[in-house]
Amino acid sequence: MLLEIQNLHAAVEGNEILRGVDLRVNSGEVHAVMGPNGSGKSTLAQVLAGKDDYAITAGKVLLDGRDLLEMDPEIRAREGLFLAFQYPVEIPGVSNTYFLRAALNAVRKHRGLPEYDAMSFLRLVKEKVKLVGLDESLLQRPVNEGFSGGEKKRNEIFHMAVLEPRLCVLDETDSGLDIDALRIVADGVNSLRSPERAFVVITHYQRLLNYIVPDFVHVLVEGRIVRSGGKELAHELEAKGYGWLENQVAAGAEA
Amino acid sequence: MSEDVLAGEPVSATAFAAELEAALAADEPAGLRALRARGAERFGALGFPSTREEDWRFTNVGPVARTRFERPRQAWGRDDVARAIAPLRLAGALEMVFVDGRFAPELSSAPETSAGVWAASLAEVARREFGRVEARLGHHASFVERPFAALSTALFEDGAFVAVERGAAVASPIHLLFYVTAGTAPTAVFPRVLVEVGENAQVTIVETYSGAEDARYLVAPVTEIVAGAGAVVDHYKLQRDALEAFHLGLLHVESGRAATVSTHTFSLGAAIARHDVEGALVGEGSETTLNGLYLVRGRQLADYHMRVDHAAPHTTSHELFKGVLNDRGRGVFNGRIHVHRQAQKTDAKQTSRNLLLSREALVNANPQLEIFADDVRCTHGSTVGQLDDLAVFYLRSRGIGFEAARSLLTYAFASDLIERVKVPAVHDQLQEFLLAWIPQGEIVREAI
Repeated sequence: MLLEIQNLHAAVEGNEILRGVDLRVNSGEVHAVMGPNGSGKSTLAQVLAGKDDYAITAGKVLLDGRDLLEMDPEIRAREGLFLAFQYPVEIPGVSNTYFLRAALNAVRKHRGLPEYDAMSFLRLVKEKVKLVGLDESLLQRPVNEGFSGGEKKRNEIFHMAVLEPRLCVLDETDSGLDIDALRIVADGVNSLRSPERAFVVITHYQRLLNYIVPDFVHVLVEGRIVRSGGKELAHELEAKGYGWLENQVAAGAEA
Repeated sequence: MSEDVLAGEPVSATAFAAELEAALAADEPAGLRALRARGAERFGALGFPSTREEDWRFTNVGPVARTRFERPRQAWGRDDVARAIAPLRLAGALEMVFVDGRFAPELSSAPETSAGVWAASLAEVARREFGRVEARLGHHASFVERPFAALSTALFEDGAFVAVERGAAVASPIHLLFYVTAGTAPTAVFPRVLVEVGENAQVTIVETYSGAEDARYLVAPVTEIVAGAGAVVDHYKLQRDALEAFHLGLLHVESGRAATVSTHTFSLGAAIARHDVEGALVGEGSETTLNGLYLVRGRQLADYHMRVDHAAPHTTSHELFKGVLNDRGRGVFNGRIHVHRQAQKTDAKQTSRNLLLSREALVNANPQLEIFADDVRCTHGSTVGQLDDLAVFYLRSRGIGFEAARSLLTYAFASDLIERVKVPAVHDQLQEFLLAWIPQGEIVREAI
């Protein structure tokens, strides 16, 4: 088991957002987590990555059987977790390439692998950049600064391709993308699918899942996974909307 | 006497009385003696500033007033100084080195006679042909309201006179390196720089101020740069003084018609560093860039008092100042922009950004706009803040450690100004300084 989330509760400023999430992900699998706005999707992503704005009030998260919540964000990354941000952060003054080499070398050092020098890193980058169709000129620019929405998302996938994580969490990577950009991002993700790697794809819409076909679909409502199924569940949600599940949750709460 | 009393009361000029007397009695041309007398008179009238004065509210020069400074009298060894200044030298530059305030030809480059540039010891020029500098010296940078500039006018011992002929393009930068050795008592030096750039001429000037690590001194330099019509001047001032030194400087840059002047003041050393920087846009269509970066830690203080005068139409000024403060470091930024009535179509932009790395650091930033023309564009912005948490988290989420993320972001913040330096040797020196200064800078060194 690569990732195991057990009864995870998380709150921000006393407001409970995750109310008992359970999820099990094996290597090689692609899981989609869908849900209406405010259901806790992004909170789940951020809690996994280690953002300290959230208080974990109950539950456990295990990565390879080890307590993920005990780890600092950078240790999680070095252990193979990657979060593609919904809103990638602009970092003026830090070149995309410098930054990524520092990150990759930190990851490799942690794994006991030799570090890349500038030349060999450049070769690696040139190869990976093709994978996600990122304009090479963006490599020398400060991280995400002045990038278009689509470029930022592609840059996230590019980072993912370079860092070669084992567990990729994509937080609404489809938001704000037109269909062409969406295809490019999905192609990048699909090229990274492998038996050693798992994906948790968080999305509001089923659209992305036409391109990144999940093995499992989960629906998050009010901080809990209320239904899980195969990829057909996504189509059902597309047809019916989230209303029917939300109503069921509401009815369950009353009962 | 308590510090508070000193901070409140103007202190008389007695600390320098003996030196003043000696300077005025010197065997010098009448014009120079008259200039010194005017400086002495102003300093006598002004005294040391107190924190009651608006211009010195945040910078207490009590420690300067309390110290008995002497003129440097110590002997220095050529080899020792040569070794000490080696890391400060700029490869490829025409270099004039000043030790304890005096021109040291044995440490300087051979005098440049070609290429339309004349760079000489100011003391020598003033003694032999005062008429050559009389109309300029002390006439651009006003010492009327500035006690330390007045003191400098009375006491300056030497410095550089640089004249660039009309139409000349000086290929190598001119580096003026001022170094103070350690004496037994605290010393005071008053370097003076006058740069005259002819019409359509082009030159790069670098000033470096430094001293022996354990030296206690006051350095109060006054630099006047006058750019003629269409001239292009690129100026850098690197303040790398000893950590117990006081640096109280005045820099005045004047831009003639359609001249382009750029000046960067890097404030890296000294216990108290005060930079009065004046940009006078006197010629129509002139453009002046006044930038700066300061790095303070321990109990260092860096104070920039800017005054940009738009005195002609269609003039443009850009100011970008950044500061990084650690420990109990303090920063002061006072940015005054004065647009005269006739200076229509002025375009002035001023930005000051300050990064606090500790809770004890403090910044006082104060923009002042005085606009007397009606068709102008003036913008100013000032920020004081800590590192962006979200940016730190983003870097960490990619595997970069907490300290490394902070260092990388700090480096990025400050290097923005270093990247604007057009002289590669200056750029590299500053980058090296920054990497050594930033907490865990070695992590950044590996990344870049």
